[in-house]
Amino acid sequence: MLSDVTFGQYYPSNSFVHKLDPRTKILLLIAYIVMIFVAQNFFGLALSLLFLAVAVIFSGVPFTSILKSIKGIIFLVVFTALLNILFYAPKEGDTHLFWIIYLEGLFSAGFLALRLVSLVMGSSLLTLTTTPVSLTDGIESLLSPLKLIKFPVHDLALIMSIALRSIPTLANETERIINAQKARGADFDSGNIISRAKALIPVLIPLLISAFRRGDELGDAMDARCYSGSKVRTKYKKLTFGVRDLVAFLIVCALIAGVILFNIYGAQLWALIASLWS
Amino acid sequence: MRIVAENLNFTYNKKSKFAVDALKDVSLTIEEGSFFGIIGHTGSGKSTFIQHLNGLIPVENGRLTVGDIDLSGKQKEVKKRYKELRAKVGMVFQYPEYQLFAETVFEDVAFGYRNFFPDAQPDEVKTAVFGALSLLGLGAEYLDKSPLDLSGGQKRRVAIAGVLVSNPEVLVLDEPVAGLDPAGKNELMALLHKLHDSKRVKTIVIVSHDMDEVCENCTDVAVFSEGQIVFKGKPEEVFKNVEQMNDLRLGVPVTSFLTDELKKIGVDIDTDFTQKDFIEKIASHYKNNK
Repeated sequence: MLSDVTFGQYYPSNSFVHKLDPRTKILLLIAYIVMIFVAQNFFGLALSLLFLAVAVIFSGVPFTSILKSIKGIIFLVVFTALLNILFYAPKEGDTHLFWIIYLEGLFSAGFLALRLVSLVMGSSLLTLTTTPVSLTDGIESLLSPLKLIKFPVHDLALIMSIALRSIPTLANETERIINAQKARGADFDSGNIISRAKALIPVLIPLLISAFRRGDELGDAMDARCYSGSKVRTKYKKLTFGVRDLVAFLIVCALIAGVILFNIYGAQLWALIASLWS
Repeated sequence: MRIVAENLNFTYNKKSKFAVDALKDVSLTIEEGSFFGIIGHTGSGKSTFIQHLNGLIPVENGRLTVGDIDLSGKQKEVKKRYKELRAKVGMVFQYPEYQLFAETVFEDVAFGYRNFFPDAQPDEVKTAVFGALSLLGLGAEYLDKSPLDLSGGQKRRVAIAGVLVSNPEVLVLDEPVAGLDPAGKNELMALLHKLHDSKRVKTIVIVSHDMDEVCENCTDVAVFSEGQIVFKGKPEEVFKNVEQMNDLRLGVPVTSFLTDELKKIGVDIDTDFTQKDFIEKIASHYKNNK
């Protein structure tokens, strides 16, 4: 049940995407997000999605894992799309369909929904192909300029990696406690919202207690090994940019240029397609 | 209640790269009145098996009946009887003290009773909670304490009381003595025997990987390995397979090991491997050969 949580779950493989430097992947994700937001028509978005699809194919991660990541935000997507359709402010020359629904409203809602979905799918590709450890290593390295203003980058990275690492552990723990309380006759699936929320108390309290206990133990274990986030710490795995990172950067640069071109010549393209159609 | 499993199969993470066959064609009968020991390593399928017994894992493939409840029937029908089943088959997980949540011992123990018998009157709840706690040797002075203020052994007993409160016919315990000190272990096992002997709980199933513990306490055992049952029967039969049990990296009780070693030097004794019987047989062998 809880093991379905896709976020933070690494899909082990040895693909091109997996082997990319985590910093590259983080930067590419940012570039991808920029691409999605820069794109002002379906051409640009289609190009971004094509890029994602190719990346997914190269990563060897099954498409179903990527699609599963949408499950969590499907409500949000549908809700925003509905709002966009219903509260669309019509401009001059829009096609009125019926009631307050305009064709352009439908378009913009669809566009927004697609944007959100591609955003989440892209981010989940990052967490599916990067181990939490190398992900935080990458973030730490990317944020290291902030050290100049005495920002505790290393500690932040450590907090992040512990938090990410705790997700599956706590998910397992939750499942165990849920089972134990179910065995004592607890019912989590029936009743109204209030009684369901109340039914969660016997799960949340033991979970909190155990999270604190784990935190204490981890702190003691780190103290016992004389851990201190000092500047002189060395790394077991040094991050290095390789040829494949360069290739990935070049591809994304080309794609961003493509998206911008589509933005400029979008109207002409529509016209071209329309003329070919008729 | 008799528990009968026939060709039970279960796979975790079906259809994915991480698929694990946790149970493969498991057939096992747990007779009413037995003190049953389930042995196996972590990942051998023993926990998956016991979670089938009260519907925490639905039957996927094969047959499983607990008393008159057929768990392998239509899931919709089976689900309606989960409450009844879970009241009758009490399940104590590993380190059950981690599931305590209420502000007082009373409230925590009462949780299960109120779930199973929602129409119970306050004094019925009280009687049930007192009864369960006293079965585990905890008096009225504990009722208003916070479960978090108790010692490890006491917490565990409160947690077990929280399961016993619904008067189960079968009590399943996953590693009940794990993490307790020797005195606490002995006390808890003695309590379980008291429950069993007084018929308060008719059938007890314990999961363990301590061979001595199983051998001393259980009337029947089943050995799980990689999702299959490799041995089942009376402990005195199962623990004769010294070599195979060693190959499974489970080992045998110390009495069984000694009997085997004695055999190699020509001393043949016939024991049921409980320590008491072993010592008696050795003593009589010694006397006869003097």
